[in-house]
Amino acid sequence: MRRAGGRFRAPVAALAFAALAASGCSPAAGEPGNAATRHTVVMLAASSLTESLTTVAKDFRASHPGTDVQLSFAASSTVVTQVNQGAPADLIALAGTAAAVPLDKSRIVKNGTRPLASNTLEIATPPSNPGNVNAITDLSRPTLNVVLCAATVPCGKAAAKALSLAGVVAHVVSYETDVKATLAKVQLGEADAAIVYHSDVVSAGARVRGVQIPASVNQTVDYPLIQLTNDPTTVEFRTYLLSDQGRKRLRDNGFLTP
Amino acid sequence: MRSVRWARAGLVIPAWLAIAFLLVPLVALLVKVDWAGIPAHLANPIVVPALRLSLLTTSSTIAICALLGTPLAWLLARSTHPATPWLRALVTVPLVLPPVVGGVALLMAYGREGVVGRVLFDVAGWSIPFTTVAVVFAEVFVALPFYVLAVEGSMRGLDPRYDGLAATLGASPWRTFRTVVVPMVAPGIASGAALAWARALGEFGATITFAGSYPGRTQTAPLAVYFLLESDPQAAIALSLVMLLISVVILGALRGRWLR
Repeated sequence: MRRAGGRFRAPVAALAFAALAASGCSPAAGEPGNAATRHTVVMLAASSLTESLTTVAKDFRASHPGTDVQLSFAASSTVVTQVNQGAPADLIALAGTAAAVPLDKSRIVKNGTRPLASNTLEIATPPSNPGNVNAITDLSRPTLNVVLCAATVPCGKAAAKALSLAGVVAHVVSYETDVKATLAKVQLGEADAAIVYHSDVVSAGARVRGVQIPASVNQTVDYPLIQLTNDPTTVEFRTYLLSDQGRKRLRDNGFLTP
Repeated sequence: MRSVRWARAGLVIPAWLAIAFLLVPLVALLVKVDWAGIPAHLANPIVVPALRLSLLTTSSTIAICALLGTPLAWLLARSTHPATPWLRALVTVPLVLPPVVGGVALLMAYGREGVVGRVLFDVAGWSIPFTTVAVVFAEVFVALPFYVLAVEGSMRGLDPRYDGLAATLGASPWRTFRTVVVPMVAPGIASGAALAWARALGEFGATITFAGSYPGRTQTAPLAVYFLLESDPQAAIALSLVMLLISVVILGALRGRWLR
């Protein structure tokens, strides 16, 4: 009898544990700590902002000793999914206002959305331009390896729109997870061309060659900066980001600023 | 008596915690599925080509593993050369390597600008990345070590006197391998193939890095789940469920038949 009882209890304990785990009893994962003691800002941003925000954060740490900015970059759609699933974040920046539509609006503080910058599309090729790409119409050539962002990602949506306006069916070999993954395929020399943002071409410097997309079909993508908490350091960093110093770093990397 | 019971509880409770930890996510998947909508979700234009591609590439992977991995396992099991343990360690490396790193390594080797890939491209005009062949490369790279180690283990357990006996009866080494060794280690081959197949089916990091993602050509089921999660989460869950089902059925069938 005792043996049987021992056997019975263990599964019950396991089920209780499973129920606990399934009910999502975790200590307020989305709640940032005490505002008065925190000096760290957590920011999730569109991957096209990688270089510019990294530089702004470095400037901010240097001019505001004792503070820290933690940055994480992904496709805007991924950032929104992460925030909606309760990821702890103080600020987010997205590529395109459309990317913010599925965002859980209850996470945004009052008047928390400001325009940060804007961007346009550009074709990137390896420096030697092995595919001899000189215009958007060249992308339909079946001998080319063209790489685009996935249709779920803002740069993929914008690229699809520009291609359809230009009446070009690009010879696409891969749809990548975000704009930096797309650019990487060109930097490695595996793809002949990719449609990325102008800022990505500027940030990559000599590692890629840019080919202009005519203004008549090009897309402008506006980047909203969205504030999720009212922590003082967050407010301070947001102000810095929108200041002349912050905007200069964005312009250095090929963005347009308001 | 008391201490025995405590010791038992000390083992049973963590063991059940481990089981709960493994099962909760799988049960959660079942809980979150929109059962009534499954047929509609599976009709998502991404789902069927992804599953078809996954089945095609994983079966090619297993064929290549059997063809190249069985002889390698035999070599590792029987060779007494001092370099053999080093060779075994080298074969194990892709097992512990993060898959994304494996993908980068494959690009450096077989990419259009890669060490081997450049020659292939210049001489024959072949470019491996972004093709279904690249998917199979990625899957073989991560799955072959699982196969080789499992088969080698069962070959090492085989009494070498069987080989000797076959040889005294006049069998050539190839015939011994084919008619004595392989049939006797069939359970090891089956379990190695099951492990390698499961690893290949789940392969994500090396594939997306080396082969990219294009529906029907390089977008395997795990890649499709990743992309669907943002555009159509219910389709992603439904596809995950199908993968779970296929895995359970195939592993279960192999276990019932050979692994006991």
